[in-house]
Amino acid sequence: MSISETTIESMTKDLPLPSNIMKALRNEALNAGVSKKEMEEIIEQVMEEYKESCIEPCDAAGVVAAQSIGEPGTQMTMRTFHYAGVAEINVTLGLPRLIEIVDARKIPSTPMMTIALSKENADDYAYNREKTRALAWEIEATRIDHIADVTTDLSQMKLIIDLHEKAMEGRNITIEQIKEKFSEEMNVMVSISPDFDNQIIITPSEPSYRELLQLAKNIHDVTLKGIEGIKRVVVRKEGEEYTLYTEGSALREVLQFEGVDRTRTSTNNINEIYEVLGVEAARNSIIKEATDTLREQGLTVDIRHIMLVSDLMTCDGEVKQIGRHGISGEKASVFARAAFEVTVSHLLDAGMRGDVDELKGVTENIIVGQPIRMGTGDVHLVSRKKEEKIEIEDECGV
Amino acid sequence: MANVPPIPKRISAIKFGLMSPKEVRKMSATPIITADTYDDDGFPIDMGLMDTKLGVIDPGLRCKTCSGRAGECPGHFGHIELVAPVVHVGFNKIIRKLLRASCRKCSRILLDPTQKQHFLGQLTAVEEIGHRPDDLINEVYKEASKVKTCPYCNEEQLDIKFEKPSEYLENGEKLTPTEIRDRFENIPDEDIRVIGMDPNNARPEWMILTVLPVPPVTVRPSITLESGQRSEDDLTHKLVDIIRINQRFQENREAGAPQLIIEDLWELLQYHVTTFFDNSVSGIPPARHRSGRPLKTLSQRLKGKEGRFRGSLSGKRVNFSARTVISPDPNLSINEVGVPIPIARILTVPVIVTPRNIEQLKVYIRNGTLIHPGANYVFRPDGRRIKVTEINKEDLAEKIEYSWMVERQLKDGDIVLFNRQPSLHKMSIMAHSVKVLPNKTFRLNPAVCPPYNADFDGDEMNMHALQTEESRAEAKILMRVQENILSPRFGGPIIGGIHDHISGLFLLTRFENRISAKDAFDILRKAKAHELPAPASHDENGVPYWTGKQIFSQILPEALNMGFPAQVCSHCDVCQEEECPNDAYVVIRDGNLIKGTIDEAAIGAFKGKIQDRIIKEISAEAGAKFIDDMTKLAIRAIMRTGLSFGIADEDIPKEARIQINEVLGKAEDAVQNLIRSYENKELEPLPGRTLDETIEMSIMQKLGKARDETGNIADSHMGLENSAVIMARSGARGSILNLTQMAACVGQQAVRGERIRRGYAGRTLPHFEVGDLGSDAHGFVKASYKSGLNPTEYFFHAIGGREGLVDTAVRTSQSGYLQRRLVNALQDLEVHYDLTVRDTRGVVVQFKYGEDGIDPTKSDFSKPDVIQRIIRSVMNKEAAE
Repeated sequence: MSISETTIESMTKDLPLPSNIMKALRNEALNAGVSKKEMEEIIEQVMEEYKESCIEPCDAAGVVAAQSIGEPGTQMTMRTFHYAGVAEINVTLGLPRLIEIVDARKIPSTPMMTIALSKENADDYAYNREKTRALAWEIEATRIDHIADVTTDLSQMKLIIDLHEKAMEGRNITIEQIKEKFSEEMNVMVSISPDFDNQIIITPSEPSYRELLQLAKNIHDVTLKGIEGIKRVVVRKEGEEYTLYTEGSALREVLQFEGVDRTRTSTNNINEIYEVLGVEAARNSIIKEATDTLREQGLTVDIRHIMLVSDLMTCDGEVKQIGRHGISGEKASVFARAAFEVTVSHLLDAGMRGDVDELKGVTENIIVGQPIRMGTGDVHLVSRKKEEKIEIEDECGV
Repeated sequence: MANVPPIPKRISAIKFGLMSPKEVRKMSATPIITADTYDDDGFPIDMGLMDTKLGVIDPGLRCKTCSGRAGECPGHFGHIELVAPVVHVGFNKIIRKLLRASCRKCSRILLDPTQKQHFLGQLTAVEEIGHRPDDLINEVYKEASKVKTCPYCNEEQLDIKFEKPSEYLENGEKLTPTEIRDRFENIPDEDIRVIGMDPNNARPEWMILTVLPVPPVTVRPSITLESGQRSEDDLTHKLVDIIRINQRFQENREAGAPQLIIEDLWELLQYHVTTFFDNSVSGIPPARHRSGRPLKTLSQRLKGKEGRFRGSLSGKRVNFSARTVISPDPNLSINEVGVPIPIARILTVPVIVTPRNIEQLKVYIRNGTLIHPGANYVFRPDGRRIKVTEINKEDLAEKIEYSWMVERQLKDGDIVLFNRQPSLHKMSIMAHSVKVLPNKTFRLNPAVCPPYNADFDGDEMNMHALQTEESRAEAKILMRVQENILSPRFGGPIIGGIHDHISGLFLLTRFENRISAKDAFDILRKAKAHELPAPASHDENGVPYWTGKQIFSQILPEALNMGFPAQVCSHCDVCQEEECPNDAYVVIRDGNLIKGTIDEAAIGAFKGKIQDRIIKEISAEAGAKFIDDMTKLAIRAIMRTGLSFGIADEDIPKEARIQINEVLGKAEDAVQNLIRSYENKELEPLPGRTLDETIEMSIMQKLGKARDETGNIADSHMGLENSAVIMARSGARGSILNLTQMAACVGQQAVRGERIRRGYAGRTLPHFEVGDLGSDAHGFVKASYKSGLNPTEYFFHAIGGREGLVDTAVRTSQSGYLQRRLVNALQDLEVHYDLTVRDTRGVVVQFKYGEDGIDPTKSDFSKPDVIQRIIRSVMNKEAAE
């Protein structure tokens, strides 16, 4: 006699189980068609197992997490570059990438974006090659080198830009747009050549050679079209869907484009995610990037360890580095900071401020030579003599 | 020792502060006025730097302050009265900031009262939530130094400039430390709080020294050289300099020397005091020893890896430890360690004499220090230590009474800690029980090598004998090897069979192996199985035989049920599970291996599913026993068949060689074609790549494919009769790639993931034409290791090999630092009773550990299989009833 879904749900609803276990339990129980008596026994056993599997209080979860992530570091390769799915884009992987993640660098050494496209209807960007290509050109930064040859005419004190029509067409950009962009971005005279097709002539505002040469250099840095910082966009078809991969990252700008699926678009620049989407998104991004880096190397590390590191880095509402300028530099204990790095200045500062070290952490207690308050050191047993009540002092201070 | 107080006293907090001159004088045992240390008799001079009031280091003398002997007296500070105040180098930055932030006339902080109130409020708020106030204080200084006229006395503020090393200029005029000190003295208490200082413990004027504390002699012991000459510590040298200049300064001032000379001397005094504190300040030359070596002064003593903090306080040296080379002993349990007798005779365990052990302890004492389970020391209840000697051992044995303590030698069954550096994870230190063995190396079961990352090519390991009952209990419960088989990193076993264990069981259990009763017992002998099940069948002559699977089943616990694909699984599209034609699906029912081959996936370290399941379902003890039995069984099994590997194993038939050459020839042609089309500008570049990059990539791809193809050819000519293939397929050691490199073709040598391009201009070696893009010229090795490399190939191979070596060297230091940073940042996180993870300040980092509260070691529970298993078992039980 199997019981109904509602009965199973009401039987399980008050159990303190994690949601994935709860879901599995409900589904499996329903599929198996258990009776009420069986369900009771199942619940009892599941709870028993759950209790068994829970982490024990006073466990030094931090050290275990740090070791679990640090230890495989020795086995990682240094091969900096690898093709992350896309043959055209190089991405830092391995140990250097892991270091980059915990360092909370403002800009990663190889920023990269995965732009998912909207797929609301059958002809939406994700399924339409033409639309996707057009979007890719809109996003990719176009510089003058991509579409023209630049020659410096020293005798006439001007720069001659010969535009390639085909390249311009491909990138969907017109000569007027280019002219406008140059006059907007730089303090120069821009004119369309009257003699030749597709030629632009730029003369510096002041006629001096220095100015001209400077101009010839600067002109290559002007982004004519697209988003600055996105050096290259690659279109790839994955299954049915087209996806864009970019070298360089500009999340805020890319999300503004029509046809970009904002829910699935992502970057490997954690700091950018923090600025655009907030600290929770940054936390998830750290977890994702670290897990991916480790998995790519064929190393299995439980996600809980990575989560703990990520949570510690973000628990104050901003992304903090693991190291001197982040977590370790902001510890409450003077000794812990002094024992890590920049010993002397921490001691001098502490003296000047009149700081008090409460000796709560691990390093501090090791330094003064007493047991640490963690694991078995956090539990205090006071034996009670028979038939004699002893006032238990709050010695352990927990 | 024997009378340790029951509850150890705890230091609850340590307060930091600056020392006021008054305090320095108060704690000083004596003023120091003479720069001399010892008189002609070698006796410390009074009021000199080695004054016995500062403590003693020479044996025989007594401290004049505490009358303790050398070793008992902790040392006492003295002091030097400086003739004129000098700045403390460490505070230069703050002094500068404070000069800019305070009024030059009335010394108040240049902020109006409302601002001060505001900052004070913020400071208390920040303190309450336990954050560091640095940023806020910097803001106070910034705001205050912007103000140009004092809001209290309307005095105009002048520009303060700081010049290295320690000069302060106010509108170009020099500010003497005396003037600075005067200004700071007048800052009222409430203003001091605003700049984040504590007026009771750290007044700003104390950053300018008028009296210098002299560290005790115990801090700067002098050493006597063999020649009988005394060599003073660097700090003493520095103090001598300070006293000399101080004296000269005073004499000159009293004599009314010109201002210029006074200033020079003042500067010199400042220099010496500066280098006394820190001898690596930028902008001043470091003070040097006569030999030219820079002196190691106070901050050099604290700084860095070998400094006081990291070298002496965070890492301490210990007694009761031993270190020697390790070697394997498969006859030991994984929980044991073989300790050489010479070590066991020196390391001791303290035992308090009780009625229950007195007779045994007497025996130990009578054995003395030379016969093994002996005793080395006896402690009387008053703490006196008596060494057990050949002469007094009989007397001592008679003399001991209850509550005495005997330090007996290490013996079988004692719990010790065993460690191998680098200690990268908690499994790098585990508890073993002692097994005293002859010879001079530590012995351990080769199955415990993976957690220590040890091998036997000369590795050394450390052992620590535990000294208290609590530590032994903790070590036994928490740190024993069997408790650490499962790694918290991925929740799987980190201990299991390695190398020959895997090959052995692979050979034993693969397909049907006919084993006679005699052989079967021989294989099982060490595994302590004394009975055999019913024979599998009888051969032609009617003699019963058993299969290898049956023999392996003897060491499996009876309650074990599982099924999983083996390492040799070829990942067919549809898994036939039990019906696998390659015998690559392992099925265990009620502790009997029904089907499948035992290999790395079953019993290997990191991967072994069997240990994993036994530990999770039965117990850690059963898991340890299984590993013990398994390793012994495997070794006897491999001894029965034998497994050897020689040069002939790399032989491939002639036709295979021809095929390989054909493939390589074709690849060579393909590369030449690519090069031709590149040179004729016909090559289409890959999107977003230059032409040069494109050709490199396509060549690499072509050659890589060719190497794989040759590998496949070689592989197809080598079957499971080849021991190298057995090892590679079962996961025991090596890979198919290694094998093909030996037999078929070594392949492309790469530097930074690219073909080798460095060397001469336009070519790698003079053997090639300039601009040659061909495979040979850029490090493609056609030969196999067996056939031998030609000179250019050999050279390219060396280039590739060197990169690997450099890579490893760089990586170890980088990952070491990463590990240090991670551990330092995370070490204070602890799971609390409500399963929240918090740091020392009580800040919640996670509300529930890992979002589900599950221990990663037992993380299997987070997978739905567990629920399925429970439901199935309950249903089956009900059905049975």
